[in-house]
Amino acid sequence: MTGKRLELPGYLLLAVFGVIAPLVFPAYVQQIAMLWIMIVFALTWDTMGGQMGYNSLGNIFFFGAGMYIAAVCQIWPWYDVGEYTDPSGSLTTSFTTDQYFLGLALGVVLAAIGSVVLAALFGLIVFGLRGPYFAIGTLGMAIAAGELIGAWDWIGGGGGIRLPVFPSGTDAEPLFRVPFGDIQSADLQGVFFYWTCFVLAVLTFLFLRWLYRTRFGLMLNAIRDDETKAEALGVRTQLYKTVAWSISAFFLGISGALFGNIIGFMEPLEVAFPTVTFGIFMVLMALLGGKGTLWGPVIGATLFHIIKEVTWTHLLGWQWVVLGLLIVVTVVFFQQGIVGWLQERRPEWFGIEVDRGTAGQRADAEAAEALEAALDDAGGPAREPVR
Amino acid sequence: MTALIEVDNVSKSFGGVVANNAIGLNVEQGSITGLIGPNGSGKTTLFNSIVGFHPIDSGSIRFEGREISNLRVPQIARLGMLRTFQQTRIFRKLNCVENMHAALSHRGGTFRSMFAKKSGQAEERAEGLLDFVGLYQKRKLRAGDLSFGQQKLLEFAMALMNEPKVLLLDEPTAGINPTLINGLIDRLRLANDRFGVTLFVIEHNMRVIMNLAEHIYCLAHGELLADGPPDALRNDQRVIDAYLGAH
Ligand SMILES: Nc1ncnc2c1ncn2[C@@H]1O[C@H](COP(=O)(O)OP(=O)(O)OP(=O)(O)O)[C@@H](O)[C@H]1O
Ligand SMILES: [Mg+2]
Repeated sequence: MTGKRLELPGYLLLAVFGVIAPLVFPAYVQQIAMLWIMIVFALTWDTMGGQMGYNSLGNIFFFGAGMYIAAVCQIWPWYDVGEYTDPSGSLTTSFTTDQYFLGLALGVVLAAIGSVVLAALFGLIVFGLRGPYFAIGTLGMAIAAGELIGAWDWIGGGGGIRLPVFPSGTDAEPLFRVPFGDIQSADLQGVFFYWTCFVLAVLTFLFLRWLYRTRFGLMLNAIRDDETKAEALGVRTQLYKTVAWSISAFFLGISGALFGNIIGFMEPLEVAFPTVTFGIFMVLMALLGGKGTLWGPVIGATLFHIIKEVTWTHLLGWQWVVLGLLIVVTVVFFQQGIVGWLQERRPEWFGIEVDRGTAGQRADAEAAEALEAALDDAGGPAREPVR
Repeated sequence: MTALIEVDNVSKSFGGVVANNAIGLNVEQGSITGLIGPNGSGKTTLFNSIVGFHPIDSGSIRFEGREISNLRVPQIARLGMLRTFQQTRIFRKLNCVENMHAALSHRGGTFRSMFAKKSGQAEERAEGLLDFVGLYQKRKLRAGDLSFGQQKLLEFAMALMNEPKVLLLDEPTAGINPTLINGLIDRLRLANDRFGVTLFVIEHNMRVIMNLAEHIYCLAHGELLADGPPDALRNDQRVIDAYLGAH
């Protein structure tokens, strides 16, 4: 199976690129860190949209929720959050290295847990919806969250929150010096978050790779193909949907916590709950690469991110036109995506068997023969036909 | 004999249409019971009521003596009562073996068992049952690529994989090639005889149901018209009239 054989070079390529990229392209560390986050976006969207057939337009909600939860956790142990975020306030703040990393660790953990809790709660509401109603319902959820946070002054309202500044010239520095030689302390933040994003993407990928090979993965696909049939077989569909969404939320929550700290500032509409940019990108990337596959979202996110960065740099002013065209072309002409297209052209690469022989009438005759043969093996009919 | 399913005074309307009116019937443990009636007489509606597909307007449905009319489809399925669909339903993009794995019972599953790997034991059973319905050669094909008749056989094998106590089959032979019908009837009998699965079968094909069932209920216009062993029903004037009147 060539598909399997392509996988190993794929892992090696990504691992090697991931490790040497910050050394070879030091100027692009933040862009490449963003690539890992985009891959997490596409992978987690696909768990619901591709594997389970529930197209959410509101997954960005967990990204924003994670971002805000982390910010509060980073501030609240040391300062009053309301005072800290007060735009007219004269509070001067500084975080020691210990305070910074402790807060960040707490923030990442609670962002993950909090997002899972939110997924379980909102799942109760939106999983009653199917098809386009589910898509719109989840979108509404993300938009409403942005508006609500914007009206909540304690966490900065529409004005947002500045995050604690990454410690400079500190005890943490030697830790980075070892693998990176002589590193400027101004770059420390970039390198630190580069590695956390890379590790997050790798963990997300490996976790989903495992998940899709379990019974759980099979049931996600069953729900996608025919939810009514799955229920008729006794599947606790609501539980599966909730757990699948919680898994997406877990990794998205962490990605939000990291992203907020990379940017250093968050506000509800553009940064935390950007439904029309990241919220749509995650869908597009999964579709482009091939929804319902493990590698599709990775390939789609990589390609999309490159196109996006290039157009942003070289076609400024036209970047939205290019992205719009990409969306239209993908959705209209290329719904199966890159991996899906490959699966169709080269099913044998993926271990998919295709019947090249019989169809219709002939297939039925063949099936009847197979039935007869199997019956002989089974030792004849249970009873002689009556009458 | 004890009644596995007891339907008592069950009514169900859709808007103004009374699809089932005060239906009462029993399905005996271990039996093959038939349900016949002209098109639109309310057979599928009764199945849907029994398996919890929709709430009933009034009456009571018991399974192994337990009231189930307030339970929903997956709960009832986990009790061991399964149905197949008149419009066959399988998981189209999964191959046959995967369909069989997906059909494994969810009775008493723990949270951790959701994340189990496919077991070799289940794989063996899946292949054995696919062989039982003559689909072994096709086991790696996508279910959506099978012919309609083969999909019906797959759906039946999936139901057996789930190890139900009773199986409600909605027109198992409708729309499939006549050459497949005899083989399928033999399979139904074997499932009943060897695996001890009680069968409750809706069937339009008179020859099939008269051969298969021990006891048959006949519906017409949402009412229970008559019931009895095949011989009695075949000669029942009301049944003959209902079918003649309908055609
Ligand atoms: N979901 C529904 N909404 C409205 N009316 C319905 C619904 N389901 C069934 N009916 C009506 O109830 C009556 C009984 O339908 P049902 O499908 O139970 O008949 P049936 O005996 O299974 O017929 P057939 O032999 O054609 O399958 C019909 O008049 C049908 O139009
Ligand atoms: Mg019907």
